[in-house]
Amino acid sequence: MEVKRWLTGLIAAAVMLPALAQQKFITVASTTSTEQSGLFKHLLPLFEKRTGIQVRVVALGTGQALDMGKRGDADVVFVHARPLEEKFVTEGFGVKRFEVMYNDFVLIGPKADPARVAGGKDVLEAFRKVKAAQAPFVSRGDKSGTHFAELEIWKAAGIDIAKHKGRWYRDTGQGMGPALNSAAGMNAYILADRGTWLSFKNRADLSIVLEGDRRLFNQYGIILVNPAKHPTVKKETGQAFIDWVVSAQGQKAIAEYRIGGEQLFFPNAAK
Amino acid sequence: MDAIAQALHGALGLIVAADRALLGIVALSLQVSLAAVLAATLLGLPLGAAIAIGRFPGRRALVILLNALMGLPPVVVGLFVYLMLSRAGPLGASGLLFTPPAMVIAQAILILPIIAALCRQAVEDAWIEYEEQLRSLGARGIGAALTLVWDIRFSLLTAVLAGLGRASAEVGAVMIVGGNIDGVTRVMTTTIALETSKGDLPLALSLGIVLIVLVIALNAIAHLVKDAAQRRYG
Repeated sequence: MEVKRWLTGLIAAAVMLPALAQQKFITVASTTSTEQSGLFKHLLPLFEKRTGIQVRVVALGTGQALDMGKRGDADVVFVHARPLEEKFVTEGFGVKRFEVMYNDFVLIGPKADPARVAGGKDVLEAFRKVKAAQAPFVSRGDKSGTHFAELEIWKAAGIDIAKHKGRWYRDTGQGMGPALNSAAGMNAYILADRGTWLSFKNRADLSIVLEGDRRLFNQYGIILVNPAKHPTVKKETGQAFIDWVVSAQGQKAIAEYRIGGEQLFFPNAAK
Repeated sequence: MDAIAQALHGALGLIVAADRALLGIVALSLQVSLAAVLAATLLGLPLGAAIAIGRFPGRRALVILLNALMGLPPVVVGLFVYLMLSRAGPLGASGLLFTPPAMVIAQAILILPIIAALCRQAVEDAWIEYEEQLRSLGARGIGAALTLVWDIRFSLLTAVLAGLGRASAEVGAVMIVGGNIDGVTRVMTTTIALETSKGDLPLALSLGIVLIVLVIALNAIAHLVKDAAQRRYG
């Protein structure tokens, strides 16, 4: 009978697991860049302390994060691919898009720089050179915001990458960090968001080879998932989070986040 | 080799420091995997035993299927459970997505075939040996199957431990249905994946070593309990 008592106890414990999570919370679908750069670890405790609302972040690529919103599995999406975000809202999945902050993409490459792009200021020119040199290039290939931005650059550079990708173009289908790990292993070029790059530790022989082009601007937006589509969306608490992020206080907190003295994200919510 | 030495040193540091966040992650890993093993055992042992001594059409096909399902890809199980529990899915109203119970469900599905298939083989072997004896005692059907399960309970420990090994090692399923949410659904394997993503390979490997030590400890405990029980009742 001992055994039976034990089993009942264990089953009861298993059933009670969800009861542990009775605190008020919202689920935010966001991108790997915001999570892995450590921004949320800095930001969320401030919000939780102020409101008592716990923010549960599921970090995915932008495409996947928006998909999670479409399915109603998130209350808020916090991503970085403006055209996709606007589509999300016009299709009725989101209520309204608010701009939050920006940072920029940087072109990372091996220090030996086989495509000779270092020091340039024109990312289109750099992409053309990488292709001409057939230098290894790692693509996220995961429908993330960064992948989306990369594809836009190929297009603007006049290169139909779907048609021209050869063995040098390595479509890895991975998040930013794993893709950077792959690039480090292959000594390849890769487009990365600055936040993830700054907090990334396994750089091996890679460094920034090009930065500062206006085309590398990376805007983040935040959207409440439409409660009209999914009644389970936590409208009030979700909106409270959005309001805080774009408030003077939230914006200041974003600006204050630094790694090694370097600011990662620049708040630019509309006043 | 430097990185590996660094990882070993780091693992030791992690164990000694017993950081609270890490303890929480370890505790959740244990809770989730043990609950999954419990559920899969309660379902898997009777299922395996029934198939072992049952004689019905399609039995061979079922045995093959069960053996094949031991290799269920965790990502596929994760996706399946995700689509079931998603708000847009059939069980969306349960609100279980991105909670520990969702992770338990996914892992239980993943290891049920392992426990059932290994149990099926063990009971079938025992059945060949003891069939006449059991029949002469008047045991038949499910009753005989459960008697056999009880008789070979100590050997079935291996089946259960195989399930535990798989549950505590997999990352694909819990990543998808749990979402790797900090402080809520982050377990050992998803933490290792996250640190790998951040490029902190030594820390990731240190965590991996901690996980392996933990699994060895669990196995050792299981065997000690088994030995003690065997001496007492066996």
